[in-house]
Amino acid sequence: MKPLDRRKFIKTSGLIGGSVSLVPGFAADLFGLTPGQAVIGDLPSEGWIRVGCPAHNCGGRCLLKVWVKDGLIARIETDDRPTDDLSDPQLRACVRGRAYRRRQYHPDRLRFPMKRVGKRGEGYFERISWTEALSLMAKKLTEIRNKYGNEALYIPYGTGSYSQTNGRWPAVRLLNILGGSLKYYNSYSWACISKATPTVFGTGITGNQRQDWLNSKFILMWGWNPAEMRDGTNTEYFLKKARERGARIVCIDPRKTMSAVALADEWIPIRPGTETAMMSAMAYVMIQENLIDREFIKTHCIGFDNSQMPDGYEEDESYSDYILGTIDNIPKTPEWAEAITGIPSETIARIARQYGSIKPAMLYQGYGMQRRAYGEQPVRGGCVLAAITGNIGIHGGWASGIAHQPGGTPFWNIFPMKKNPVKAAIPTFLWSEAVIRGTELSAKEGLSGVDQLSTNIKFIWAVASNALINQHSNINRTAKILEDESKVEFLVVQDQFLTPTGKFADLLLPACMQFETWGLEDGWKYGDEVILMPQVVKPAFESRSDYRICADLAREMGVYEEFTEELDERGWTKKLWNSYKSNRFPDIPDFEQVVKSNQGVYSLPVHEPKISFENFAKDPVKYPLKTPSGKIEIFSPALKELGQADEIPPIPKYIQEWESPFGPEKDRFPLQAIGPHYMGRVHSTFDNVDWLQEAFPQRIFINPIDAEPRGIKEGDNVVAFNDRGKLKLPCRFTQRILPGVVSIPQGAWWEPDKKQVDIGGSINVLTSEKWTPLAFGNAQHTIMVDIKRVR
Amino acid sequence: MSQYGFYIDSSCCSGCKTCQVACKDKNDLDQGMMWRRVYEVSGGSWEQRPNGGWNPQISTYNLSIACNHCEDPACVDACPTKALYKDSEKGFVLIDPEKCVGCRYCEWACPYGALQYNEDLGIMTKCDFCKDYLEVGNEPSCVSSCPLRAIDYGELSELQEKYGLVSQVHPMPDPKLTKPSLVIGPHRESETAKINKARIANLEEVKND
Repeated sequence: MKPLDRRKFIKTSGLIGGSVSLVPGFAADLFGLTPGQAVIGDLPSEGWIRVGCPAHNCGGRCLLKVWVKDGLIARIETDDRPTDDLSDPQLRACVRGRAYRRRQYHPDRLRFPMKRVGKRGEGYFERISWTEALSLMAKKLTEIRNKYGNEALYIPYGTGSYSQTNGRWPAVRLLNILGGSLKYYNSYSWACISKATPTVFGTGITGNQRQDWLNSKFILMWGWNPAEMRDGTNTEYFLKKARERGARIVCIDPRKTMSAVALADEWIPIRPGTETAMMSAMAYVMIQENLIDREFIKTHCIGFDNSQMPDGYEEDESYSDYILGTIDNIPKTPEWAEAITGIPSETIARIARQYGSIKPAMLYQGYGMQRRAYGEQPVRGGCVLAAITGNIGIHGGWASGIAHQPGGTPFWNIFPMKKNPVKAAIPTFLWSEAVIRGTELSAKEGLSGVDQLSTNIKFIWAVASNALINQHSNINRTAKILEDESKVEFLVVQDQFLTPTGKFADLLLPACMQFETWGLEDGWKYGDEVILMPQVVKPAFESRSDYRICADLAREMGVYEEFTEELDERGWTKKLWNSYKSNRFPDIPDFEQVVKSNQGVYSLPVHEPKISFENFAKDPVKYPLKTPSGKIEIFSPALKELGQADEIPPIPKYIQEWESPFGPEKDRFPLQAIGPHYMGRVHSTFDNVDWLQEAFPQRIFINPIDAEPRGIKEGDNVVAFNDRGKLKLPCRFTQRILPGVVSIPQGAWWEPDKKQVDIGGSINVLTSEKWTPLAFGNAQHTIMVDIKRVR
Repeated sequence: MSQYGFYIDSSCCSGCKTCQVACKDKNDLDQGMMWRRVYEVSGGSWEQRPNGGWNPQISTYNLSIACNHCEDPACVDACPTKALYKDSEKGFVLIDPEKCVGCRYCEWACPYGALQYNEDLGIMTKCDFCKDYLEVGNEPSCVSSCPLRAIDYGELSELQEKYGLVSQVHPMPDPKLTKPSLVIGPHRESETAKINKARIANLEEVKND
């Protein structure tokens, strides 16, 4: 039986817009709910309820107002708080949140537990009871734990449900109670920027609160696209306001993104992977024209030039040596950079002059450019530009780097997961290595906590994670690894849909939607707020909350009381709400009062935005950084000591990528392919939502300059391919991309045809599993492909 | 008579389509029906220099268009059953589903693509300005949805006073045709759009069928 084929939505017949009464419409008959069915104890059975928009890995944390009627969500509006000023702006949801009913009431939702029949990965399942499912899982977990130990257990990166009580947190807690599981560190989002920022500043808290952007006069949005990827609710709005206040905004990006169109005064297309070449040429111009802050460099930095090299490194190449070509005889001039970046030299020089002379200025780095072969370099390069122009620790400036907020750093997981008794941790991106050769891994592959693993990964419990297949690199390779039942011996997938990862499950557990349970979320990277997510409707079919599934499994494993502390989802939400009171928001109202008042959100207005490095900027001796030298390390002795200067230089350098338009690979695969975030999805979440497919269909975006010599016409079906795989999609012509680069937005669901051509359009059939040298991060944007027309 | 209209700030519209989908949610519109549509206008060319640098000459901007509740609505004129009419209170162009026979003449007549055919019901549908929301003091759903606060509404004369008189940018139809109750905050690149041969670049996303 193949129970879950794609079907069209139930039509919304009977409803004429405009005069519509608030009727649940398409959902009622499908979801088998009868009018008048009781909803939730302490919530009205009909009415508007304020609730946090289901938390995904979008960067937004927004407030919805949903109309509940007859046990269904019948309409979604957004934050309606009457004041909408910049100290505490409304948390307006984006297009994805507004389309949520089509996800919530999707006919493909997982309805029952199922177990695999047939080979792993074929996608054939049969329905089983919860009793059978939990007992099977407990049995396999116990067997594998007894045979290989807890290091064999793994809960992978997964962000499909991402509030404080949903998703993988409760699963991690349960396994920790049961002796732990193999840990991971860093992420698919920002491995390089997390690792590289502290090499310069000794911390990741390098940002200013967003209200401070209004003090800036010049903002370089470098590969930063908040309008599409939602880098914090309202980030694009703050930029709009900064521009209204007179900031000039320049966007550097291979694509003329939505952010470039809506927020910037100028767009500068750059060849992907060459950011550090442009940064170096900017430094060249600023040094030559004396547009740098020499006093700040002298007092706050090391390694800028020969006069300030750290002890023992006096003979090493300083930053100025590299920029001016003192040692390698290659001055990093704008002309040098033009041939690499594709940006005219005059443009590079002009931007350098603007960044060097307009004060204060921000250079904000996006994360796409650090998901590349040498993604550590542009991070360090951007930080250095901010430092040598003295834009650090001042209002309207910006230190660059990962830019966590001072004073209100996020509490992404306050759900208490307990201590993990397993010490070993792998870089997230190397999980497939830990499956095939875990016991051979060492510090060279980023293994930490232990010298060696005692076992390969044998048991995977993927909660809200489509990162095993769809979001990990080189899908065709990963699929082969997972198909082999002698490697991962048992694979549980707990999710809301049969994702491409789900197709590889031995056991499928249906998780409910976030509207169907309790949760809470906070302001992710920015905002100072807590958002309540009260349960508004019942779990559909036999689905259960992630927490409930874990609690039920805890009962099977004999640790129910320890796991639950006798709290249900609501109880945990209350407990976590109260913990915000003690650690961050002392004046937060009482939980029951918040539930009763239906206010949805508690926020702290920001009237005086905090900035990073304020004290350090004023007095670097009294307030040194946490770097080894206490100063900004333009030259990092610690990186030098790694002894891999070709790939991890102690000063930021442009390094030609391992797949590049300048390497021999260009002969067979002449186009760079990038996989940006797409407006219709959060990574792979929402890919199956029809209103979003309609608004943002999955396409290969190609410049006509590249299409026409290949005989491709607008709208043709084309295949993008390299040695790792093939995908087929219709193409869209666009002038909004640098020639030589094609865009295949990441996150579409892998759907191989009989010849293993992906007709779903997941760029990860083309990406490489090779990791970055310092951060062991994903370099998924560094790929070369070719494109041809097909019938 | 009062005449209501929309203001759209194309200068900062990102094309995110939150307005489009908020409208679909409010009005339960199936795939294919969009009472508000976001058009991407884009076009231009590239020149490469001998040293490899590229110079783009490109105009791009977005236009979020619903029904413009025109002062002189072509759809009303085209309707053979008088199902379409101009509301006397706020100047809304509305449709009486009882009278509509689904002949789709109005769809051909409207130069803005505002009229949307509902296949299941066999009749036309369109933006009604969320008049039910206005009656209880709320903003239209598209207005309150916009993450960039780029949509406004109100008495047309007041919008014009506040935001100016632009009601047409390339490649929109001549406003003389129907007198749309629309004010646009033009994107700076609309000035070069014609020279750059900008066109609707996302046609497959905005067409009705």
